[in-house]
Amino acid sequence: MVMMVTEVAAVNKQQVSTASAQSKILVDDLNLFYGEKQALFNVSLDIKEKEVTALIGPSGCGKSTFLRTLNRMNDLIDGVRVSGNITIDGEDIYASNDVIKLRTKVGMVFQKSNLFPMSIYDNVAYGPRMQGIKNRKVLDALVEESLRGAAIWDEVKDRLKTSALGLSGGQQQRICIARTIAMKPDVILMDEPTSALDPISTLKVEELITQMKKDYTIVIVTHNMQQAARISDKTAFFLNGEVVEYDDTNVIFSTPKDQRTEDYVTGRFG
Amino acid sequence: MATQHTKEVEQQISKGNARKYFFEKLSSKIFLACALLSVISLLLIVGFVFYKGANPFVTGDYSFLSFIFGSEWVPSEDKFGIFPMIVASIYATMGALVIGVPVGLFTAIFLAEIAPKRVAKIVSPAIQLLAGIPSVLYGVFGLAIIVPFLQDNLGLARGQSLIAVILVLAIMMLPTIVTIAETAIRAVPKSYREGSLALGVSEIGTIFKVVVPAAKSGIMAAIVLGLGRALGETMAVILVAGNSLIIPTSLTDSIRPLTTNIALEMGYAAGTHLEMLFATGIVLFSFILILNFVLARLTAKGGH
Ligand SMILES: Nc1ncnc2c1ncn2[C@@H]1O[C@H](COP(=O)(O)OP(=O)(O)OP(=O)(O)O)[C@@H](O)[C@H]1O
Ligand SMILES: [Mg+2]
Repeated sequence: MVMMVTEVAAVNKQQVSTASAQSKILVDDLNLFYGEKQALFNVSLDIKEKEVTALIGPSGCGKSTFLRTLNRMNDLIDGVRVSGNITIDGEDIYASNDVIKLRTKVGMVFQKSNLFPMSIYDNVAYGPRMQGIKNRKVLDALVEESLRGAAIWDEVKDRLKTSALGLSGGQQQRICIARTIAMKPDVILMDEPTSALDPISTLKVEELITQMKKDYTIVIVTHNMQQAARISDKTAFFLNGEVVEYDDTNVIFSTPKDQRTEDYVTGRFG
Repeated sequence: MATQHTKEVEQQISKGNARKYFFEKLSSKIFLACALLSVISLLLIVGFVFYKGANPFVTGDYSFLSFIFGSEWVPSEDKFGIFPMIVASIYATMGALVIGVPVGLFTAIFLAEIAPKRVAKIVSPAIQLLAGIPSVLYGVFGLAIIVPFLQDNLGLARGQSLIAVILVLAIMMLPTIVTIAETAIRAVPKSYREGSLALGVSEIGTIFKVVVPAAKSGIMAAIVLGLGRALGETMAVILVAGNSLIIPTSLTDSIRPLTTNIALEMGYAAGTHLEMLFATGIVLFSFILILNFVLARLTAKGGH
Protein backbone atom coordinates (compact mmCIF):
# COMPACT_ATOMS: atom_id res chain seq x y z
CA MET A 1 0.00 0.00 0.00
CA VAL A 2 2.68 2.40 1.03
CA MET A 3 4.78 1.35 -1.92
CA MET A 4 1.98 2.17 -4.30
CA VAL A 5 1.54 5.60 -2.86
CA THR A 6 5.18 6.46 -3.31
CA GLU A 7 5.00 5.19 -6.85
CA VAL A 8 2.07 7.41 -7.63
CA ALA A 9 3.86 10.30 -6.02
CA ALA A 10 6.88 9.65 -8.18
CA VAL A 11 4.77 9.62 -11.32
CA ASN A 12 3.05 12.80 -10.24
CA LYS A 13 6.36 14.47 -9.65
CA GLN A 14 7.52 13.54 -13.11
CA GLN A 15 4.36 14.91 -14.61
CA VAL A 16 4.76 18.11 -12.69
CA SER A 17 8.27 18.61 -13.95
CA THR A 18 7.03 18.35 -17.53
CA ALA A 19 3.61 19.81 -16.95
CA SER A 20 4.26 22.48 -19.55
CA ALA A 21 3.98 19.97 -22.31
CA GLN A 22 2.00 16.87 -23.03
CA SER A 23 3.34 13.83 -24.77
CA LYS A 24 2.66 13.85 -28.50
CA ILE A 25 4.75 10.99 -29.80
CA LEU A 26 5.67 8.03 -27.66
CA VAL A 27 8.34 5.74 -29.00
CA ASP A 28 8.81 2.51 -27.12
CA ASP A 29 11.62 0.03 -27.67
CA LEU A 30 11.92 0.68 -31.39
CA ASN A 31 14.23 -1.51 -33.43
CA LEU A 32 14.72 -1.15 -37.16
CA PHE A 33 16.49 -3.42 -39.63
CA TYR A 34 17.56 -2.74 -43.19
CA GLY A 35 17.51 -6.36 -44.28
CA GLU A 36 20.05 -8.04 -42.00
CA LYS A 37 21.59 -4.81 -40.81
CA GLN A 38 20.15 -3.28 -37.65
CA ALA A 39 20.04 0.51 -37.75
CA LEU A 40 18.07 1.37 -34.60
CA PHE A 41 18.43 -0.30 -31.21
CA ASN A 42 15.77 -0.11 -28.50
CA VAL A 43 14.96 3.53 -29.08
CA SER A 44 12.49 4.97 -26.57
CA LEU A 45 11.56 8.64 -26.65
CA ASP A 46 8.77 10.77 -25.28
CA ILE A 47 8.32 13.70 -27.67
CA LYS A 48 6.32 16.58 -26.27
CA GLU A 49 3.53 18.48 -27.93
CA LYS A 50 4.34 21.91 -29.35
CA GLU A 51 8.01 21.69 -28.62
CA VAL A 52 11.01 21.47 -30.86
CA THR A 53 12.90 18.23 -30.39
CA ALA A 54 16.36 18.08 -31.92
CA LEU A 55 18.07 14.86 -32.95
CA ILE A 56 21.85 15.09 -33.00
CA GLY A 57 24.65 12.61 -33.48
CA PRO A 58 27.45 11.67 -35.84
CA SER A 59 26.81 10.73 -39.46
CA GLY A 60 25.24 7.31 -39.96
CA CYS A 61 23.98 6.99 -36.38
CA GLY A 62 20.36 6.58 -37.50
CA LYS A 63 18.84 10.04 -37.07
CA SER A 64 17.22 10.10 -40.50
CA THR A 65 16.17 6.52 -40.15
CA PHE A 66 14.46 7.27 -36.86
CA LEU A 67 12.80 10.40 -38.22
CA ARG A 68 11.43 8.46 -41.16
CA THR A 69 9.84 5.86 -38.91
CA LEU A 70 7.58 8.62 -37.57
CA ASN A 71 5.77 9.10 -40.89
CA ARG A 72 6.59 5.62 -42.18
CA MET A 73 8.67 6.82 -45.12
CA ASN A 74 10.89 3.79 -44.49
CA ASP A 75 8.03 1.65 -45.77
CA LEU A 76 9.16 2.65 -49.27
CA ILE A 77 12.46 0.84 -48.87
CA ASP A 78 12.55 -2.87 -49.65
CA GLY A 79 13.39 -5.16 -46.78
CA VAL A 80 12.86 -2.77 -43.86
CA ARG A 81 11.57 -4.38 -40.67
CA VAL A 82 10.40 -2.48 -37.62
CA SER A 83 9.63 -3.75 -34.16
CA GLY A 84 8.48 -1.89 -31.10
CA ASN A 85 5.83 0.72 -30.70
CA ILE A 86 5.19 4.27 -31.86
CA THR A 87 2.05 6.07 -30.82
CA ILE A 88 0.99 9.55 -31.84
CA ASP A 89 -1.84 10.96 -29.74
CA GLY A 90 -2.17 7.51 -28.26
CA GLU A 91 -2.69 5.86 -31.64
CA ASP A 92 -0.32 3.13 -32.76
CA ILE A 93 0.87 4.34 -36.15
CA TYR A 94 1.98 0.90 -37.26
CA ALA A 95 -1.33 -0.73 -36.32
CA SER A 96 -3.21 0.29 -39.44
CA ASN A 97 -1.91 0.58 -42.95
CA ASP A 98 -3.43 3.99 -43.53
CA VAL A 99 -0.11 5.73 -44.23
CA ILE A 100 -1.96 8.44 -46.14
CA LYS A 101 -3.80 9.58 -43.02
CA LEU A 102 -0.59 9.37 -41.00
CA ARG A 103 1.36 11.45 -43.50
CA THR A 104 -1.25 14.19 -43.67
CA LYS A 105 -0.94 14.45 -39.91
CA VAL A 106 2.85 14.13 -39.83
CA GLY A 107 4.46 16.34 -42.48
CA MET A 108 8.07 16.23 -43.55
CA VAL A 109 10.64 18.72 -44.84
CA PHE A 110 13.69 17.23 -46.51
CA GLN A 111 17.35 18.12 -46.49
CA LYS A 112 17.27 19.46 -50.02
CA SER A 113 14.29 21.31 -51.37
CA ASN A 114 12.23 18.92 -53.42
CA LEU A 115 9.69 21.30 -54.87
CA PHE A 116 7.92 19.96 -57.93
CA PRO A 117 8.55 21.49 -61.36
CA MET A 118 5.36 23.55 -61.10
CA SER A 119 4.45 27.09 -60.10
CA ILE A 120 4.82 28.25 -56.50
CA TYR A 121 1.05 28.27 -56.14
CA ASP A 122 0.63 24.77 -57.52
CA ASN A 123 3.34 23.43 -55.24
CA VAL A 124 1.62 24.73 -52.13
CA ALA A 125 -1.86 23.80 -53.36
CA TYR A 126 -0.73 20.33 -54.45
CA GLY A 127 -1.42 18.49 -51.19
CA PRO A 128 -4.84 20.07 -50.51
CA ARG A 129 -5.88 19.52 -54.13
CA MET A 130 -4.97 15.87 -53.89
CA GLN A 131 -7.21 15.72 -50.81
CA GLY A 132 -10.05 16.83 -53.07
CA ILE A 133 -10.18 20.55 -52.33
CA LYS A 134 -11.19 22.13 -55.62
CA ASN A 135 -12.73 25.45 -54.57
CA ARG A 136 -10.57 28.23 -55.94
CA LYS A 137 -11.26 30.65 -53.07
CA VAL A 138 -10.50 28.06 -50.44
CA LEU A 139 -7.26 27.15 -52.18
CA ASP A 140 -6.25 30.79 -52.59
CA ALA A 141 -6.77 31.43 -48.92
CA LEU A 142 -4.96 28.26 -47.92
CA VAL A 143 -1.97 29.05 -50.13
CA GLU A 144 -1.68 32.57 -48.74
CA GLU A 145 -2.06 31.38 -45.17
CA SER A 146 0.59 28.69 -45.67
CA LEU A 147 3.03 31.04 -47.35
CA ARG A 148 2.54 33.56 -44.55
CA GLY A 149 3.00 30.75 -42.06
CA ALA A 150 6.32 29.98 -43.70
CA ALA A 151 7.31 33.67 -43.64
CA ILE A 152 7.74 33.86 -47.38
CA TRP A 153 4.48 35.43 -48.55
CA ASP A 154 5.91 38.90 -49.04
CA GLU A 155 8.79 37.59 -51.12
CA VAL A 156 6.67 35.59 -53.54
CA LYS A 157 3.19 37.07 -53.53
CA ASP A 158 3.74 38.75 -56.90
CA ARG A 159 5.08 35.68 -58.62
CA LEU A 160 2.86 32.87 -57.43
CA LYS A 161 2.34 31.62 -60.97
CA THR A 162 6.01 31.39 -61.85
CA SER A 163 8.07 28.23 -61.51
CA ALA A 164 9.06 27.41 -57.97
CA LEU A 165 12.41 26.16 -59.21
CA GLY A 166 13.47 29.72 -60.04
CA LEU A 167 13.68 30.68 -56.36
CA SER A 168 16.81 30.71 -54.25
CA GLY A 169 17.64 27.65 -52.14
CA GLY A 170 16.50 29.29 -48.92
CA GLN A 171 13.25 30.48 -50.47
CA GLN A 172 12.63 27.04 -51.90
CA GLN A 173 13.12 25.46 -48.51
CA ARG A 174 10.58 27.83 -46.96
CA ILE A 175 8.14 27.01 -49.78
CA CYS A 176 8.68 23.36 -48.86
CA ILE A 177 7.69 24.28 -45.32
CA ALA A 178 4.65 26.15 -46.66
CA ARG A 179 3.71 23.10 -48.71
CA THR A 180 3.87 21.00 -45.57
CA ILE A 181 1.90 23.51 -43.49
CA ALA A 182 -0.84 23.60 -46.14
CA MET A 183 -1.80 20.07 -45.12
CA LYS A 184 -2.47 21.35 -41.58
CA PRO A 185 -0.35 18.68 -39.93
CA ASP A 186 0.15 18.29 -36.17
CA VAL A 187 3.73 17.20 -36.40
CA ILE A 188 6.45 18.41 -38.75
CA LEU A 189 9.59 16.37 -39.28
CA MET A 190 12.65 18.14 -40.63
CA ASP A 191 15.77 16.35 -41.80
CA GLU A 192 18.68 18.81 -41.80
CA PRO A 193 16.49 21.49 -43.39
CA THR A 194 19.21 24.14 -43.39
CA SER A 195 22.29 22.13 -44.25
CA ALA A 196 22.20 23.33 -47.87
CA LEU A 197 21.52 26.97 -46.99
CA ASP A 198 23.65 30.06 -46.48
CA PRO A 199 23.82 31.59 -42.97
CA ILE A 200 21.16 34.24 -43.61
CA SER A 201 18.65 31.79 -45.07
CA THR A 202 19.47 29.45 -42.21
CA LEU A 203 18.66 32.16 -39.71
CA LYS A 204 15.34 32.84 -41.40
CA VAL A 205 14.37 29.19 -41.30
CA GLU A 206 15.41 28.98 -37.64
CA GLU A 207 13.27 31.99 -36.76
CA LEU A 208 10.43 30.38 -38.63
CA ILE A 209 10.81 27.14 -36.69
CA THR A 210 10.75 29.03 -33.41
CA GLN A 211 7.51 30.74 -34.45
CA MET A 212 5.94 27.55 -35.72
CA LYS A 213 6.44 25.86 -32.40
CA LYS A 214 3.25 27.36 -31.02
CA ASP A 215 1.19 25.45 -33.59
CA TYR A 216 3.18 22.34 -34.35
CA THR A 217 5.21 19.63 -32.74
CA ILE A 218 8.56 19.74 -34.52
CA VAL A 219 11.23 17.09 -34.69
CA ILE A 220 14.41 18.25 -36.38
CA VAL A 221 17.62 16.49 -37.32
CA THR A 222 20.64 18.77 -37.31
CA HIS A 223 24.39 18.55 -37.49
CA ASN A 224 24.69 22.08 -36.27
CA MET A 225 25.14 22.13 -32.49
CA GLN A 226 24.45 25.85 -32.20
CA GLN A 227 21.27 25.37 -34.12
CA ALA A 228 20.10 22.61 -31.82
CA ALA A 229 20.96 24.76 -28.82
CA ARG A 230 19.23 27.82 -30.27
CA ILE A 231 15.94 26.39 -31.39
CA SER A 232 15.16 23.18 -29.56
CA ASP A 233 13.52 22.46 -26.22
CA LYS A 234 14.64 18.85 -26.01
CA THR A 235 17.61 17.13 -27.55
CA ALA A 236 18.23 13.46 -28.20
CA PHE A 237 21.79 12.34 -28.79
CA PHE A 238 22.03 9.31 -31.08
CA LEU A 239 25.08 7.10 -31.38
CA ASN A 240 25.31 3.91 -33.45
CA GLY A 241 21.54 3.56 -33.61
CA GLU A 242 20.96 4.06 -29.90
CA VAL A 243 19.72 7.02 -27.93
CA VAL A 244 22.55 7.77 -25.55
CA GLU A 245 20.86 10.65 -23.81
CA TYR A 246 17.60 12.52 -24.08
CA ASP A 247 16.88 15.57 -22.00
CA ASP A 248 16.12 19.27 -21.99
CA THR A 249 18.37 20.97 -24.49
CA ASN A 250 20.08 23.17 -21.91
CA VAL A 251 20.88 20.08 -19.85
CA ILE A 252 22.35 18.26 -22.86
CA PHE A 253 24.52 21.24 -23.71
CA SER A 254 25.57 22.26 -20.22
CA THR A 255 25.49 19.29 -17.88
CA PRO A 256 25.07 16.06 -19.84
CA LYS A 257 25.06 12.92 -17.78
CA ASP A 258 26.84 10.71 -20.28
CA GLN A 259 30.52 11.25 -21.06
CA ARG A 260 29.90 10.45 -24.76
CA THR A 261 27.28 13.18 -25.00
CA GLU A 262 29.64 15.66 -23.45
CA ASP A 263 32.40 14.66 -25.85
CA TYR A 264 30.09 15.07 -28.81
CA VAL A 265 28.52 18.41 -27.94
CA THR A 266 31.87 19.90 -27.04
CA GLY A 267 33.25 18.73 -30.37
CA ARG A 268 35.72 16.22 -29.02
CA PHE A 269 34.50 13.63 -31.48
CA GLY A 270 31.95 13.12 -34.23
CA MET B 1 74.41 14.34 -63.58
CA ALA B 2 71.11 15.53 -62.21
CA THR B 3 70.65 18.08 -65.01
CA GLN B 4 71.48 15.45 -67.59
CA HIS B 5 68.79 13.29 -66.14
CA THR B 6 66.22 16.09 -66.10
CA LYS B 7 66.95 16.88 -69.73
CA GLU B 8 66.33 13.32 -70.75
CA VAL B 9 62.99 13.32 -69.00
CA GLU B 10 62.06 16.62 -70.62
CA GLN B 11 62.95 15.32 -74.05
CA GLN B 12 60.99 12.19 -73.48
CA ILE B 13 57.95 14.19 -72.39
CA SER B 14 58.06 16.54 -75.36
CA LYS B 15 58.42 13.58 -77.70
CA GLY B 16 55.45 11.94 -76.00
CA ASN B 17 53.49 15.17 -76.30
CA ALA B 18 54.18 15.43 -80.02
CA ARG B 19 52.85 11.93 -80.50
CA LYS B 20 49.80 12.71 -78.42
CA TYR B 21 49.06 15.79 -80.51
CA PHE B 22 49.40 13.74 -83.66
CA PHE B 23 46.88 11.15 -82.49
CA GLU B 24 44.63 13.88 -81.18
CA LYS B 25 44.54 15.48 -84.62
CA LEU B 26 44.20 12.19 -86.43
CA SER B 27 41.32 10.96 -84.34
CA SER B 28 39.42 14.22 -84.64
CA LYS B 29 39.79 13.89 -88.43
CA ILE B 30 38.43 10.35 -88.30
CA PHE B 31 35.46 11.45 -86.23
CA LEU B 32 34.81 14.27 -88.67
CA ALA B 33 34.92 11.89 -91.63
CA CYS B 34 32.41 9.57 -89.99
CA ALA B 35 30.09 12.43 -89.19
CA LEU B 36 30.35 13.72 -92.73
CA LEU B 37 29.59 10.29 -94.13
CA SER B 38 26.15 10.24 -92.54
CA VAL B 39 25.41 13.83 -93.49
CA ILE B 40 26.44 13.12 -97.08
CA SER B 41 24.26 10.00 -97.24
CA LEU B 42 21.32 12.02 -95.99
CA LEU B 43 21.89 14.76 -98.55
CA LEU B 44 22.32 12.23 -101.35
CA ILE B 45 19.12 10.39 -100.54
CA VAL B 46 17.06 13.53 -100.05
CA GLY B 47 18.57 15.20 -103.10
CA PHE B 48 17.96 12.18 -105.27
CA VAL B 49 14.36 11.73 -104.15
CA PHE B 50 13.59 15.43 -104.58
CA TYR B 51 15.36 15.61 -107.94
CA LYS B 52 13.43 12.67 -109.32
CA GLY B 53 10.17 13.47 -107.59
CA ALA B 54 10.01 17.15 -108.50
CA ASN B 55 10.67 16.48 -112.18
CA PRO B 56 7.08 15.88 -113.36
CA PHE B 57 5.96 19.15 -111.77
CA VAL B 58 8.90 21.21 -112.95
CA THR B 59 9.47 19.96 -116.49
CA GLY B 60 6.20 18.12 -117.18
CA ASP B 61 2.79 19.77 -117.01
CA TYR B 62 1.54 17.98 -113.92
CA SER B 63 0.09 20.04 -111.08
CA PHE B 64 1.39 19.37 -107.63
CA LEU B 65 -1.98 20.21 -106.11
CA SER B 66 -3.85 17.67 -108.17
CA PHE B 67 -1.13 15.19 -107.27
CA ILE B 68 -1.81 15.77 -103.56
CA PHE B 69 -5.57 16.12 -103.75
CA GLY B 70 -6.34 13.91 -106.72
CA SER B 71 -8.21 10.80 -105.74
CA GLU B 72 -7.36 8.63 -108.71
CA TRP B 73 -4.14 6.74 -109.15
CA VAL B 74 -4.13 4.99 -112.54
CA PRO B 75 -0.61 5.13 -113.93
CA SER B 76 -1.62 3.51 -117.22
CA GLU B 77 -4.03 6.40 -117.86
CA ASP B 78 -1.54 8.99 -116.65
CA LYS B 79 -3.62 9.72 -113.53
CA PHE B 80 -1.54 10.33 -110.42
CA GLY B 81 -3.53 11.35 -107.35
CA ILE B 82 -2.35 10.22 -103.94
CA PHE B 83 -5.04 11.69 -101.73
CA PRO B 84 -6.47 8.29 -100.73
CA MET B 85 -3.00 7.17 -99.69
CA ILE B 86 -2.36 10.28 -97.63
CA VAL B 87 -5.66 9.75 -95.86
CA ALA B 88 -4.88 6.07 -95.38
CA SER B 89 -1.46 6.86 -93.91
CA ILE B 90 -2.89 9.44 -91.52
CA TYR B 91 -5.77 7.22 -90.42
CA ALA B 92 -3.53 4.22 -89.89
CA THR B 93 -0.97 6.24 -87.91
CA MET B 94 -3.55 8.00 -85.78
CA GLY B 95 -5.41 4.76 -85.15
CA ALA B 96 -2.21 3.09 -84.04
CA LEU B 97 -1.57 6.11 -81.81
CA VAL B 98 -4.96 5.80 -80.12
CA ILE B 99 -4.24 2.20 -79.15
CA GLY B 100 -0.45 2.20 -78.86
CA VAL B 101 0.03 5.32 -76.73
CA PRO B 102 -2.18 4.44 -73.76
CA VAL B 103 -1.05 0.81 -73.73
CA GLY B 104 2.60 1.84 -74.13
CA LEU B 105 2.41 4.51 -71.43
CA PHE B 106 0.66 2.32 -68.92
CA THR B 107 3.21 -0.39 -69.59
CA ALA B 108 6.06 2.08 -69.09
CA ILE B 109 4.53 3.40 -65.86
CA PHE B 110 3.94 -0.12 -64.62
CA LEU B 111 7.52 -1.17 -65.34
CA ALA B 112 9.13 1.95 -63.92
CA GLU B 113 6.95 2.54 -60.88
CA ILE B 114 4.74 -0.33 -59.88
CA ALA B 115 6.14 -3.67 -60.99
CA PRO B 116 8.33 -5.58 -58.54
CA LYS B 117 11.99 -5.40 -59.58
CA ARG B 118 11.99 -9.08 -60.56
CA VAL B 119 9.11 -8.62 -62.98
CA ALA B 120 10.53 -5.43 -64.51
CA LYS B 121 13.88 -7.15 -65.01
CA ILE B 122 12.24 -9.76 -67.22
CA VAL B 123 9.61 -7.69 -69.00
CA SER B 124 11.73 -4.64 -69.90
CA PRO B 125 14.33 -6.56 -71.95
CA ALA B 126 11.55 -8.61 -73.52
CA ILE B 127 9.92 -5.43 -74.77
CA GLN B 128 13.22 -4.12 -76.05
CA LEU B 129 13.65 -7.37 -77.93
CA LEU B 130 10.27 -6.73 -79.55
CA ALA B 131 11.86 -3.70 -81.22
CA GLY B 132 14.45 -5.90 -82.87
CA ILE B 133 12.04 -8.27 -84.60
CA PRO B 134 12.20 -7.71 -88.39
CA SER B 135 9.10 -5.88 -89.49
CA VAL B 136 8.17 -8.47 -92.08
CA LEU B 137 7.60 -10.89 -89.23
CA TYR B 138 5.06 -8.51 -87.71
CA GLY B 139 3.36 -8.55 -91.10
CA VAL B 140 3.38 -12.33 -91.20
CA PHE B 141 1.99 -12.44 -87.69
CA GLY B 142 -0.72 -9.97 -88.71
CA LEU B 143 -1.54 -11.95 -91.81
CA ALA B 144 -1.62 -15.29 -90.04
CA ILE B 145 -3.42 -14.27 -86.84
CA ILE B 146 -5.03 -10.83 -86.93
CA VAL B 147 -6.39 -10.90 -90.48
CA PRO B 148 -8.17 -14.27 -90.17
CA PHE B 149 -9.42 -13.27 -86.74
CA LEU B 150 -11.00 -10.09 -88.12
CA GLN B 151 -12.35 -11.97 -91.11
CA ASP B 152 -14.10 -14.49 -88.88
CA ASN B 153 -15.31 -12.16 -86.17
CA LEU B 154 -16.37 -9.13 -88.17
CA GLY B 155 -17.74 -11.16 -91.08
CA LEU B 156 -15.49 -9.46 -93.63
CA ALA B 157 -14.91 -10.73 -97.12
CA ARG B 158 -11.23 -9.93 -96.63
CA GLY B 159 -9.57 -9.37 -93.31
CA GLN B 160 -6.93 -7.07 -94.80
CA SER B 161 -8.15 -3.70 -93.67
CA LEU B 162 -7.47 -0.40 -91.95
CA ILE B 163 -8.13 -1.96 -88.56
CA ALA B 164 -5.65 -4.77 -89.27
CA VAL B 165 -3.01 -2.17 -90.14
CA ILE B 166 -3.82 -0.19 -87.01
CA LEU B 167 -3.45 -3.24 -84.79
CA VAL B 168 -0.15 -4.31 -86.32
CA LEU B 169 1.26 -0.77 -86.17
CA ALA B 170 0.08 -0.35 -82.58
CA ILE B 171 2.02 -3.46 -81.60
CA MET B 172 5.04 -2.30 -83.57
CA MET B 173 5.20 1.11 -81.91
CA LEU B 174 4.91 -0.35 -78.40
CA PRO B 175 8.61 -1.11 -77.86
CA THR B 176 9.61 2.39 -78.94
CA ILE B 177 7.07 4.07 -76.70
CA VAL B 178 7.58 1.77 -73.72
CA THR B 179 11.36 1.88 -73.74
CA ILE B 180 11.74 5.63 -74.13
CA ALA B 181 8.90 6.51 -71.77
CA GLU B 182 10.19 4.08 -69.14
CA THR B 183 13.63 5.68 -69.29
CA ALA B 184 12.08 9.13 -68.95
CA ILE B 185 9.99 8.09 -65.96
CA ARG B 186 12.92 6.42 -64.25
CA ALA B 187 14.93 9.62 -64.67
CA VAL B 188 12.49 11.61 -62.51
CA PRO B 189 14.32 12.37 -59.24
CA LYS B 190 13.31 10.15 -56.34
CA SER B 191 12.96 13.26 -54.22
CA TYR B 192 9.83 14.33 -56.15
CA ARG B 193 8.21 11.03 -55.30
CA GLU B 194 9.19 11.33 -51.63
CA GLY B 195 7.93 14.91 -51.49
CA SER B 196 4.55 13.88 -52.78
CA LEU B 197 4.21 10.74 -50.67
CA ALA B 198 5.23 12.67 -47.56
CA LEU B 199 2.25 14.97 -48.18
CA GLY B 200 -0.05 12.01 -47.77
CA VAL B 201 -0.66 11.48 -51.47
CA SER B 202 -1.22 7.92 -52.65
CA GLU B 203 1.31 6.18 -54.88
CA ILE B 204 -1.00 6.28 -57.90
CA GLY B 205 -1.78 9.95 -57.28
CA THR B 206 1.94 10.64 -57.03
CA ILE B 207 2.61 8.86 -60.32
CA PHE B 208 -0.01 10.73 -62.29
CA LYS B 209 0.33 14.18 -60.74
CA VAL B 210 4.06 14.43 -60.15
CA VAL B 211 6.11 11.71 -61.82
CA VAL B 212 4.44 11.59 -65.23
CA PRO B 213 4.22 15.40 -65.61
CA ALA B 214 7.89 15.66 -64.66
CA ALA B 215 8.71 13.14 -67.39
CA LYS B 216 6.46 14.89 -69.90
CA SER B 217 9.03 15.87 -72.50
CA GLY B 218 10.54 12.39 -72.58
CA ILE B 219 7.09 10.85 -72.88
CA MET B 220 6.20 13.17 -75.75
CA ALA B 221 9.44 12.20 -77.47
CA ALA B 222 8.46 8.55 -77.04
CA ILE B 223 5.11 9.20 -78.67
CA VAL B 224 6.55 11.14 -81.60
CA LEU B 225 9.18 8.48 -82.27
CA GLY B 226 6.49 5.80 -82.11
CA LEU B 227 4.48 7.83 -84.61
CA GLY B 228 7.45 8.06 -86.92
CA ARG B 229 7.87 4.32 -86.76
CA ALA B 230 4.20 3.77 -87.64
CA LEU B 231 4.19 6.31 -90.45
CA GLY B 232 7.30 4.89 -92.12
CA GLU B 233 6.48 1.21 -91.70
CA THR B 234 6.18 -0.53 -95.05
CA MET B 235 6.73 -4.27 -95.06
CA ALA B 236 4.33 -5.25 -92.32
CA VAL B 237 1.69 -2.92 -93.71
CA ILE B 238 1.83 -4.36 -97.23
CA LEU B 239 0.88 -7.75 -95.91
CA VAL B 240 -2.20 -6.66 -93.97
CA ALA B 241 -3.45 -3.49 -95.68
CA GLY B 242 -5.23 -5.00 -98.67
CA ASN B 243 -3.83 -2.19 -100.85
CA SER B 244 -7.09 -0.93 -102.38
CA LEU B 245 -6.93 2.55 -103.87
CA ILE B 246 -9.91 4.05 -102.10
CA ILE B 247 -10.38 6.73 -99.50
CA PRO B 248 -11.19 4.65 -96.43
CA THR B 249 -14.54 5.44 -94.85
CA SER B 250 -14.65 2.64 -92.32
CA LEU B 251 -12.23 0.66 -90.21
CA THR B 252 -12.89 -2.42 -92.27
CA ASP B 253 -11.93 -0.83 -95.60
CA SER B 254 -8.90 -2.10 -97.41
CA ILE B 255 -6.27 0.65 -97.63
CA ARG B 256 -3.03 1.61 -99.35
CA PRO B 257 -0.78 3.94 -97.33
CA LEU B 258 2.00 6.02 -98.93
CA THR B 259 4.80 3.63 -98.07
CA THR B 260 3.19 0.57 -99.59
CA ASN B 261 2.40 2.45 -102.78
CA ILE B 262 6.10 3.06 -103.32
CA ALA B 263 7.14 -0.45 -102.39
CA LEU B 264 4.49 -2.20 -104.47
CA GLU B 265 5.07 -0.36 -107.75
CA MET B 266 8.71 0.63 -107.68
CA GLY B 267 9.72 -2.73 -109.11
CA TYR B 268 8.12 -2.22 -112.52
CA ALA B 269 7.45 1.52 -112.81
CA ALA B 270 9.19 3.62 -115.46
CA GLY B 271 9.11 7.17 -116.78
CA THR B 272 6.62 9.54 -115.19
CA HIS B 273 5.15 6.73 -113.12
CA LEU B 274 8.53 6.15 -111.53
CA GLU B 275 8.97 9.84 -110.86
CA MET B 276 5.54 10.03 -109.28
CA LEU B 277 6.60 7.30 -106.87
CA PHE B 278 9.53 9.49 -105.87
CA ALA B 279 7.08 12.34 -105.44
CA THR B 280 5.11 10.09 -103.09
CA GLY B 281 8.36 9.68 -101.23
CA ILE B 282 8.69 13.45 -100.93
CA VAL B 283 5.27 13.66 -99.30
CA LEU B 284 6.14 10.87 -96.89
CA PHE B 285 9.46 12.51 -96.11
CA SER B 286 7.72 15.81 -95.41
CA PHE B 287 5.52 14.14 -92.84
CA ILE B 288 8.55 12.62 -91.15
CA LEU B 289 10.32 15.99 -91.21
CA ILE B 290 7.35 17.64 -89.53
CA LEU B 291 7.37 14.95 -86.84
CA ASN B 292 11.08 15.43 -86.26
CA PHE B 293 10.62 19.15 -86.02
CA VAL B 294 7.92 18.66 -83.42
CA LEU B 295 10.19 16.25 -81.57
CA ALA B 296 13.06 18.73 -81.59
CA ARG B 297 10.80 21.43 -80.19
CA LEU B 298 9.53 19.11 -77.47
CA THR B 299 12.93 17.93 -76.32
CA ALA B 300 14.36 21.45 -76.44
CA LYS B 301 11.56 22.60 -74.15
CA GLY B 302 12.17 19.73 -71.76
CA GLY B 303 15.86 20.39 -71.47
CA HIS B 304 15.72 23.91 -70.09
N1 LIG C 1 18.15 2.36 -47.51
C1 LIG C 1 19.07 1.85 -46.70
N2 LIG C 1 19.48 0.57 -46.83
C2 LIG C 1 20.41 0.05 -46.02
N3 LIG C 1 21.00 0.72 -45.03
C3 LIG C 1 20.67 2.00 -44.84
C4 LIG C 1 19.69 2.63 -45.67
N4 LIG C 1 19.56 3.92 -45.26
C5 LIG C 1 20.42 4.06 -44.24
N5 LIG C 1 21.09 2.92 -43.98
C6 LIG C 1 22.09 2.71 -42.92
O1 LIG C 1 21.51 2.96 -41.67
C7 LIG C 1 22.40 3.69 -40.83
C8 LIG C 1 21.75 4.96 -40.38
O2 LIG C 1 21.57 5.80 -41.48
P1 LIG C 1 20.88 7.22 -41.38
O3 LIG C 1 20.71 7.73 -42.76
O4 LIG C 1 19.67 7.11 -40.56
O5 LIG C 1 21.99 8.05 -40.61
P2 LIG C 1 21.99 9.58 -40.22
O6 LIG C 1 22.19 9.63 -38.75
O7 LIG C 1 20.81 10.27 -40.76
O8 LIG C 1 23.30 10.09 -40.94
P3 LIG C 1 23.58 11.52 -41.61
O9 LIG C 1 23.87 12.43 -40.49
O10 LIG C 1 24.79 11.27 -42.44
O11 LIG C 1 22.38 11.88 -42.40
C9 LIG C 1 23.66 3.91 -41.64
O12 LIG C 1 24.60 2.96 -41.25
C10 LIG C 1 23.23 3.70 -43.06
O13 LIG C 1 24.28 3.14 -43.81
MG1 LIG D 1 20.49 11.74 -42.32
